[in-house]
Amino acid sequence: MKQKPRVAVFDFADCEGCELEIADLEEEILDLIEIVDIVSFREVMKEHSDNYDIAIVEGSIMRPIDEQRLRKIRSHAKVLVALGACATIGGINKIRNQWMPDEVMKEVYGNANVKGNELFNVNKTKAVNEVVPVDYYIHGCPIDRDEFKHVITSIALGKKPEIPRYPVCVECKKNENICQFELGNFCLGPITRAGCKAICPTNNSPCEGCRGLIKKAETECVKEVLERYKLSYEDIRRRCTMYNYGREECGVDE
Amino acid sequence: MSKDFSIHVEHVTRVEGHGNITLNVKNGSIEKLEWSVVEAPRFFEAMLRGQQFNELRPITSRICGICSIGHSLASLKATEDALGVKLSEQTELFRRLAIHAENMQSHILHIGYLVAPDLLGVGSVFPLIGSKHTDTVLKIVKLHRLANEMSDLICGRTIHPIRLVVGGFSMFPTEKQLVHLQKRLEEARSLTQELATVIHSVADKLPAFERETEYIALSTPKEYAFYDGDLTSTDTGTLKDYKKYQEITNEYLVPQSTAKYAKHHRDSYMVGALARFNLNSKQLHPAAQDVAKLFGLKAINYNPFMNTIAQLVEFMHNIEDSLQLIDTVLNQGIKDEKPVKPKVQAGRGVGLVEVPRGLLIHDYTLNSKGYCTKANCIIPTNQNHANIQKDMEKLVPEIINRPEKEIELTLEMLVRAYDPCISCSTHYLDVTFV
Repeated sequence: MKQKPRVAVFDFADCEGCELEIADLEEEILDLIEIVDIVSFREVMKEHSDNYDIAIVEGSIMRPIDEQRLRKIRSHAKVLVALGACATIGGINKIRNQWMPDEVMKEVYGNANVKGNELFNVNKTKAVNEVVPVDYYIHGCPIDRDEFKHVITSIALGKKPEIPRYPVCVECKKNENICQFELGNFCLGPITRAGCKAICPTNNSPCEGCRGLIKKAETECVKEVLERYKLSYEDIRRRCTMYNYGREECGVDE
Repeated sequence: MSKDFSIHVEHVTRVEGHGNITLNVKNGSIEKLEWSVVEAPRFFEAMLRGQQFNELRPITSRICGICSIGHSLASLKATEDALGVKLSEQTELFRRLAIHAENMQSHILHIGYLVAPDLLGVGSVFPLIGSKHTDTVLKIVKLHRLANEMSDLICGRTIHPIRLVVGGFSMFPTEKQLVHLQKRLEEARSLTQELATVIHSVADKLPAFERETEYIALSTPKEYAFYDGDLTSTDTGTLKDYKKYQEITNEYLVPQSTAKYAKHHRDSYMVGALARFNLNSKQLHPAAQDVAKLFGLKAINYNPFMNTIAQLVEFMHNIEDSLQLIDTVLNQGIKDEKPVKPKVQAGRGVGLVEVPRGLLIHDYTLNSKGYCTKANCIIPTNQNHANIQKDMEKLVPEIINRPEKEIELTLEMLVRAYDPCISCSTHYLDVTFV
């Protein structure tokens, strides 16, 4: 029998919420353990091994010491999966990139002398693929548990996972929600990648764009929505300040 | 007894975030003993500058995956305090349900997935499946799932809630959904009692260690405080003006950590379930008091390892109080209330809540257009770092003659007992080195 792929989970600068989503799979983790071996997952287990096939990496990359650690992980892994918005697009950690690292250091640490202390040597926030090549992306803040299962199962079975390349509006319509624009809110759904089951608008809250932006051409299907509210792709793009700071239109899994 | 050895635990496992333990012993005496936080700094307070008041809640929720509901509530309370928003009774009731749901999911995660493996002698919860403890694991899973589904129902999502917005809720559950939740919470009562019996049977694995320290938590004559209360210390009593919280939470920076430390009346203080228990245990629901009795837990208890037991006690209280809140809500009927629209104005607001790991404070200053010009967040785990260090300094000499592996495990268990949330704790403002 073919050996099960060995999976290791790592985290960098983030809230660890996406790892927690994995723990929140509860009994369904048992189905995953049928097809993969989890050999390292610091948040929930003591055991650790450097011998793994699939590295799942959560979090943004902030410091030279973190880049070193990430490169080491990449060198051990055959496949690297970026987990959650902090890893896939830099997430909210990129908000601070509108200032220079020195400025934020001063704002938060005051005049404390941290020169030469590598723990405090901070670069601009980077997504994982700005440091090492990434093979697969599991989007969202937090991730969607079903999509996580789909991606990991596909990789374990040697198939390419299917990640939506259409806007959140498609899933929002399926849920028969009233359009957030109709309610007077500004929603990033028309240009944000679907796959979250439109969970925010379904809870009567506008989309914040956590799954990253789709390309302009892929918003063709929501032309009507944009026309009705007299908006362009660029108009909405300019409002993407929480999750897509400094990002151009993108399809990161290309 | 003289011996040389060193212990270095890099990235303590089964805790949230990255922390290290270093112990060097030479000729039987301690040369170095250090608890250090090596998590990358995250600069939340800097990122909040220039954000509009509506955005502060969704951004600060991302400080922590485990206590995102708590951060959301502290954030909303600070924002609403600054803008002078008066909330409806229904919103106040549902916010209390939200905080119970989060406390339950976080506590059961800690008790079941993070601490129980130590008590049962394994490295994680995975090997327990298929062992004689399968039944216990399934109980834990069932309670964890219930707490998560309760969070989903009240907040729209467990991790990074959606429905919690400035002025109220973007959406409420239906009465039918609440009736269903009520039934499941009733079932959870007996499951929790059964789990308490199992934990009690292995509770002798919790080290009998004590160190007198100061405990700080919110407290109010009205209820066992989670959502609201006055800042209270076991040493100095109640602080009258909540906006002067910095008189208590004096934060400072140490070179080995990217997280701040805090001290008040002594070298260190503790926040969290044990601190709340020590201050407010008389207000616990009788069923929760019974759990405390089973373990002989009485206020004041100075054993930090008992924090996990205090969490179990609180878990029972959360169930009972949620049932009462749901009763009240159902008797009144759920109204389709829209969030209160705030009058945008300049001002400073401070929000205090008790989250699973202890006292959490958000403090925002808004300008006349409702944009944030200054922010400060005081995180429970930061308040506990110094207490962890001081505990280690008392604990190690007491166990120094034991085998190295045992010392290492005991130190790890100590850190875990505090249920630290290290991602949360790396953020700071206006700090000075000592």
